[in-house]
This record gives sequence, structure tokens and C-alpha cells, in this order.
Amino acid sequence: MKKLILTIAALALGAGLAHAGSHSVIRMGTEGAYPPWNFLNDAGEVDGFERELGDELCRRAELTCEWVTNDWDSIIPNLVSGNYDTIIAGMSITAERDQVIDFTQNYSQPDPSAYLAMSDDVDVEGAVLAAQTNTIQAAFIAEKGWTLVEFATPEETIAAVKTGEADAVLADKSYLTPIEAEDADLVFLARTELIGGGVGMGIRESDTELKEKFNMAIQSMKDDGSLNALIVKWEIGEPF
Amino acid sequence: MACYLTTGKHFGFYWSFVTVLVLLAVTAPTALLFGFGGATAARSQFLPLRWFGTTYISIVRGVPDIAFFLFFVIALDQGFEFLRHQYLCPDWTDRIWQGNDFVVCSAAKLPLGNAPQWVHEVYGFLLAVLTFAIVFGAFAANVLHGAMQAVPRGQIETAEAYGMTRRQAFWHVLVPQMWIYALPGLSNLWMLLIKATPLLFLLGVEDIVYWARELGGTKQARFSDYPHGDWRLWYFLALLVFYLAFTRLSEVVLSRLTRRLSHGQATIGATA
Repeated sequence: MKKLILTIAALALGAGLAHAGSHSVIRMGTEGAYPPWNFLNDAGEVDGFERELGDELCRRAELTCEWVTNDWDSIIPNLVSGNYDTIIAGMSITAERDQVIDFTQNYSQPDPSAYLAMSDDVDVEGAVLAAQTNTIQAAFIAEKGWTLVEFATPEETIAAVKTGEADAVLADKSYLTPIEAEDADLVFLARTELIGGGVGMGIRESDTELKEKFNMAIQSMKDDGSLNALIVKWEIGEPF
Repeated sequence: MACYLTTGKHFGFYWSFVTVLVLLAVTAPTALLFGFGGATAARSQFLPLRWFGTTYISIVRGVPDIAFFLFFVIALDQGFEFLRHQYLCPDWTDRIWQGNDFVVCSAAKLPLGNAPQWVHEVYGFLLAVLTFAIVFGAFAANVLHGAMQAVPRGQIETAEAYGMTRRQAFWHVLVPQMWIYALPGLSNLWMLLIKATPLLFLLGVEDIVYWARELGGTKQARFSDYPHGDWRLWYFLALLVFYLAFTRLSEVVLSRLTRRLSHGQATIGATA
């Protein structure tokens, strides 16, 4: 076994010598399961608001970018250990996350979170509420002390409401809107929650240079209105 | 329907079956090799080697698979990068661990930051093979160690009486005879390995369960040409059929192998 590991290590060392080089490709980590922010289209490629936004940002910052999908649960640990260079996955900027990673400036307005349920008379304080693990919504329900069931993917939170496992799901309104529009059984509750401080790109704390580049690119898209055009096109909330 | 089943996404799904089968085909012999190494080390006369063998077997067997997959792979990856960093960037002055961040010079990244996506995927796959091999190798080592003990002592004594050295007796008498004792345990491991493949997604390899979940999920007309409700049940049923068919096939092959290995052996199946 030792020999095998040594052989692999030797191979690995050798492979790198050929073209030791620059940080020329930026790997963009996303979840790929959160339309309209990011999802896999029929061809199996990353698509959505953040795909278009990310490609445009990379063009403006003169970076070559490549898209990678990763489970939501381990999306921060994998950024920190260097498996990709940014998180662009509809991640709200929170103080708690900011302790572990850095964020660029926000590229969306704070989006109200909405409740989706099978009937509009659910009382959220006494109800069983579904939310995705490690989201601001899950943290919000937990903090309120209401009954929370957590799921690893957004898809499962909706399924839980439809099977009756949960009474309502709390998520970003922009994610729930297309689902509500196409499913006759599901309705929004009147109540919404204003949580979160807008969405930004997550970047390693040590990677300040990359953060500055993306900050400038986002600012230039805010200034010339192209960011607003994308926000309207994908219906992800209020424009700036 | 035909159009739906041939979208790029579905090809990703079909391709993941190949990934899983290749993984099994590569991992099983590697794990067996690790197991053989571990078992031989554990019965070695050289004390440090014996310690190494028994420690490997007992530590890996005692750690839950999922913990091993979450912790060990990142550690392994960082270990490789750390070694490369020491070798390739001796002049680097910044610290490698900056708070939560693990930062090595860009030449030491594995794979290199500018490598195409398929290189990253192959690398992830190799890490998966190595991790599976280490985990299942420990179990295999225990099975093989037991099998070596189970070969009747008389066989070795006879070999020694014929003037064989320890090494000759091991390779020509013990090893050929131990397989029949090892087979039931090894076939168990093989079945477990088949069922453990969904752990692949923890390592960033997109396996069949990941794609079934993704494809079965509700699709809205805005985001897909083929909108549908929650079809995960059907996709998971397809996986169930696949796993059952595959394990059934394995059972048939393994029982044939057992019969073949029993020929001329002093076991209960064929008394000498």
C-alpha cells in the first residue's frame, strides 16, 4: 500500500512540473438545483440567472471561468479547501457565513422569503415548516423556535409539503414563484419574511485580489443597468 | 418520449452507470490487493510490519464509512498538495493554513487550477478508488487473515516436511488453498461495495443516485422543454431494478466460483 501511495504521489509531483503556471482559470462553484438562480438545463449544463451573470462578470474581469456543481451542504468546505474558487449559488450574505468566507458586494436586492402551502389558512407559528439545510430560512425558523424539518435539497422541501410531511415551506420567493405558477395545489401565504442581506459571491478570505476583480465587475454591471436587465429577465426580485 | 430520454442530461445519467461499473471493476482488485497486503503484514514475523497491518485493519474497520469519506478524502487531497507545495515552491513565505483557508502555491494545486474539467473529474474518481480501496481493503484483509488461519495446519507442516521454505509454503500451499475459506466473506464485501457506490457523490463524482434525484425532480415549463411533476419514484425504481439485477448476477457468478474452488479441497463441501 505504501508503494502505491508513493507511486501516486510521484506521478502527481511529476504531472505538475510540466506546466507550473498561473491562476488562469477561475472555477465557479454552484448548486445547480435552484431555478431560476442556477439549475441544470436539458443538456445537463449549468443555466439560469447566475450562469448568465457569472459569464458576463468573467468577461468584464477578463477571467476564464469554468462551472462546477457541488452539493449545497458541502459547498463552503469545498471552497475553503480550494476545490473551486468562488461560490455563485444564490447564497445570501450573512454575518455567520462571513466569518468563514468573504463575500463580494451583493448582486441582488434582499428578496423576501415566502411560505408555500397546500392551503392559505396555515398558521406558521403552530405549523411544521420545511426549509433547506444551512439556509437563512432554516436559521430563521430555528431562531423563532417554530417546528422545523430540514432537507438537503430545495426539491425535497416542496415534496414534503405535497406529501403532507410539512405544512408549508419557507424559501426565497423567486424560487417559489415558478413552482406556485405551475402547480394548482400550492398557494402562497399572505405572510412574508424579510431576512437576508442580498446575494453575493462567496470567495476565500485569502483571495482578496479575486474579490476585488469581481467587486469591480459587479459595480460596472450595476452602473450600466445590465444587471437590472438580467434580474428582470430571470424574475429574481426587485432591480437595483 | 424518445426525445426526452436522449437529452444531454439523460446521457449524463447513462454515463454515470458506466462510471459506477468502472469504479467497481477498478476498486475490487485494488481493494483485494490492499487486503492481501494487510493480511500478509498482520501475520508477518517482523514486528513493526505486523503492527502496521493490525493497526490498519482495526482503525479503518472501526471508522464509519461516511466519516471516512468526508474527512479522509479532503485530508488525502491536502496531503498531496502539501507535499507538492514543499517540493515545488520552497521559497513560499505565506502560511499554508490561513484561518480556515488551505492555500498552497498555484503550481502545487491538484489538479492544476487551469486544468480542464475532465482532469478534475478523473482526479476525483481516482481519489474515490483509493478511498474505497483503503476502506474495503481493511475488511478484505480481515477476511483473508482469517482464511489463512483456516487452512489446516497439517498442510503447512507437510510442506515444511518436504523441505519448503516459509516463503515457498506460503505461496505454493497456503495462498492457493485459502481462497475457498475467504470467498464467503469476500462475496459479502463485494455486495456491500456495490451498495456503497452512492457515497461517490460525497467525493464530487456524479453517480447514478445523484442523476436520478436530479432528473426525477419537478421541472417547470420555464426551465425545461419537458416539464413534469415529481418523478423521483420512477427513477429510483429503475435504480432498484439495476441494483437487484446486478447483485443477483453477482450471486450467480460467485456461487459458480465457489463450486470451482471447492474441487479437491479438504472442506466440508468436498471432504478429502
